[in-house]
Amino acid sequence: MRGLVQDLGAASMSLVEGLGRVAVFGGAIARCLVQPPTRFGFFVRALYDAGVLSVALIALSGFTVGMVLGLQLYTTLTRFGAEEGLGAVVGLSLVRELGPVVCGLLVTGRAGSAVTAEIGSMKATEQLDGLRMMAIDPVHFVAMPRALALTVAMPLLNALFIVFAIAGAYVIGVSNQGLDGGVYLAGLEGAVRFADDVGQSLLKSLVFGVLLGLISTYKGHACSPDAAGVARATTSTVVTASVAILLSDYVITALWGV
Amino acid sequence: MQNNATRDLLVGTFVLIGLGALGYLSLQIGGLEFGQTDRILLRATFDDIGGLSVRAPVRIAGVKIGQVSAIDLDDDLRAQVSLEVESDVGLSVDSSAAIRTAGLLGDQFISVELGAEDEVLGEGEEFAFTESALSIDKLVGRLVHDAGVSD
Repeated sequence: MRGLVQDLGAASMSLVEGLGRVAVFGGAIARCLVQPPTRFGFFVRALYDAGVLSVALIALSGFTVGMVLGLQLYTTLTRFGAEEGLGAVVGLSLVRELGPVVCGLLVTGRAGSAVTAEIGSMKATEQLDGLRMMAIDPVHFVAMPRALALTVAMPLLNALFIVFAIAGAYVIGVSNQGLDGGVYLAGLEGAVRFADDVGQSLLKSLVFGVLLGLISTYKGHACSPDAAGVARATTSTVVTASVAILLSDYVITALWGV
Repeated sequence: MQNNATRDLLVGTFVLIGLGALGYLSLQIGGLEFGQTDRILLRATFDDIGGLSVRAPVRIAGVKIGQVSAIDLDDDLRAQVSLEVESDVGLSVDSSAAIRTAGLLGDQFISVELGAEDEVLGEGEEFAFTESALSIDKLVGRLVHDAGVSD
């Protein structure tokens, strides 16, 4: 009995300790953001890795998700004679939930894991120590540009995802199933409002970007410096970031008010 | 890895496309408007607005010319609906406003039927003729009631 309580205490302590380390790391990144030099070249390179190279995946996934939504919803709505509601349902579900969440999970798998693996193997090969020897802060040199790039890339990829998904649902609903294109787009534009829906979508993707940037760089910095450690850290990034994205999605939705 | 110039170009293109998609979502889909487009506020009083909601479209011959901006009760406890309408449309003073439904189960909107007068409605003026929402459950209720009586 006493051992169980002890274990519980130790687990709570290590949880709080871990959260504290992430917070301190986040503070260090925030401080590095305002400290010169700006490392703009590294930022552009990280944005290339996180953003440009993800475009194909995001576009294809978005289009496919839109096509599936179009097909599923059209056949269901037709049973109630309400197929003109397709635009509204597709628009609201995509802009509010599916866009930010699916895009966030995809970017986590595509770019976040790569960031952790890269920083982790830099640590395993003692490159981070090398930077410290030259009096260069590895957080400033390595983590900050990548975290910032993920934060910037996420809302842009989210917008791309939604636009491609709207196009995918258009292709299925209008070209394939024969719904009128004007009805689809009018329903979409009538249902989606900037202040409620697009704003919420932007806020979510921005928060997801910050979370992913923080988690993926922290896991890379904190990984144990060997091959197995890098593997564990990469897995841990994907798991932690996915859970964080889904949880914060619920919190933002609940706070925003449906 | 491409050389730096190509990479920078790709990153720039990515940012531009992303911002373009954001702009499309905000302006076209989300209906965000900068500055005030020329709109005038009109009023219409209805006995029953059914399921009409704020932001429902106002249409002439099916073409959207504005939207419902507010719904209140007036002093006689009738529904007073405020409409934002494009000012260059020019609705004659004897136009009528009717609440209609798009499709059988669709959203409700306000349909404006033009009148014959040359004079047009100005800011804050009220529609002289209105037609309330057709309520399907009332119709069904009356049908059932009438059928019961004829037996």
